Amino acid sequence: MKTNEKASASQTLAIARSLAALPRERAPRSLLPAVLERVGLGDRYWQIETPIGRIYVAHSRAGISMVSRARSARDFEKNFASRFGRPIGPDPARPPANVRAVVAGRLRARDANLRFDLRGVSEFERAVLLKAFEIPRGEVRPYSWIAREIGHPEAVRATGSALAKNPVPVLIPCHRVVRSDGHIGNYSLGGPQNKRTLLEAEGAQPATLEKLAASGVRYFGNAAGRYFCFPTCGGIGSLMRENRVHFASGREAIAAGYHPCGDCRPAAVA
Amino acid sequence: MSTTCVTEGFPTRFDSPGLRLVKGNAAMPSADALTADLAADLDVAFETLVVSFQDRLYSFAHRLCGNREDAEEVAQDSFVRAYRALKTYPSDRIRALALQAWLYRITLNVARNKWRRKRVRLVSLENGGADGEAARRAWEAPDAAERRPDSRLEQEQDRAGLASLVATLPERYRAALILRYVEGLRLEEVATILKQPLGTAKSNVHRAVNLLRRAISDSRRAKRSRS
Repeated sequence: MKTNEKASASQTLAIARSLAALPRERAPRSLLPAVLERVGLGDRYWQIETPIGRIYVAHSRAGISMVSRARSARDFEKNFASRFGRPIGPDPARPPANVRAVVAGRLRARDANLRFDLRGVSEFERAVLLKAFEIPRGEVRPYSWIAREIGHPEAVRATGSALAKNPVPVLIPCHRVVRSDGHIGNYSLGGPQNKRTLLEAEGAQPATLEKLAASGVRYFGNAAGRYFCFPTCGGIGSLMRENRVHFASGREAIAAGYHPCGDCRPAAVA
Repeated sequence: MSTTCVTEGFPTRFDSPGLRLVKGNAAMPSADALTADLAADLDVAFETLVVSFQDRLYSFAHRLCGNREDAEEVAQDSFVRAYRALKTYPSDRIRALALQAWLYRITLNVARNKWRRKRVRLVSLENGGADGEAARRAWEAPDAAERRPDSRLEQEQDRAGLASLVATLPERYRAALILRYVEGLRLEEVATILKQPLGTAKSNVHRAVNLLRRAISDSRRAKRSRS
């Protein structure tokens, strides 16, 4: 009898072990999108006209997940599906007023209460994007400024790559980030010409900036206030010409007794 | 005035000038963090719930039903049902939910309803109904086709064999056995999911093991006599 009990206990143990060893099945990839679709949380997109043509703005319940151009709605749907691994359909509703206002330039993005869905974006890339988000309309900053502001002054190149991968251009204005030498730099949403068009539409005057940079001017100084700024800084754009001095570098400005502007922060404040 | 971002996983918030950022972790949130997020904004956090539990519920459904098609349907229906329930719950109730047990129970109920429908179809077969083939297959050992020993490795064959023997156990024992040993839950949690007293859940697990042991030796005997 005892032997039987022992045998049965060890069999039970063996069965328990082999049951525990059954592999956990992986849910098929179709499960998540099917569930979200059925409960009304599937991805949707709007089509919005802009100075650079029609853009497609994808959004999930979490927020705006992708902004891109495409030859057709069908192409956009295909791109989205291959990038995110889930289907997307057109949103029959109009884009909300805040999104339209930001795209049209009637509202600053940072005041628009926008929601972004940035899953799949790394911690570093997110920091870069959020910093770019702070650049006001009509102004530009160099890549090195973002790198310094997020605490990685050496990571200028990585900053450029992070901006190139910006999933939500226009709304997170990576077009407001340009090269330190005055060149406008690349743009993921259809190339440098589109970047120029967007900046012009915002009043940033990229051609003037390039000319200034070519003549060696990177900063404007306010002779009365003894501070210096990026040329597009809102505070200094309206400076009287007689007050304005030019600097080729932050070091030169500081050597001349000027301190960096607190709004556009053209150099690290010591 | 703010902006909201959602990144990997569940939403949490931190501030930056002019920005309300909803940010998450690549790692799955703890159950408490998840229920808090669901209570705060169901529509934002629901996807994280699905991602966190889809393998567990699908796997459970597969062990219960014995085939992939039914498992996917059951898992899908379970999440839809969970969403609709959460929609009606006040946030206090969501925050207090034992999420894992609650979801397993929903899955079990959805699977039970499915079997009930299948049984109805069988009755129609006995009465000369037209749905004969499907109903017959409902009673065939699940995944029978997959078990045919054409090109499978022996271990996979053993596993598939074991899984399909589990799927032939009577439902009350099968659910208890899968939850306890395949899903590895504590007996208390098994009892909660089955809505049974602890002692009943324990004896159901025990009887399930005995039944499975008998089924294993029967199937070995059958195999030997075939060869």
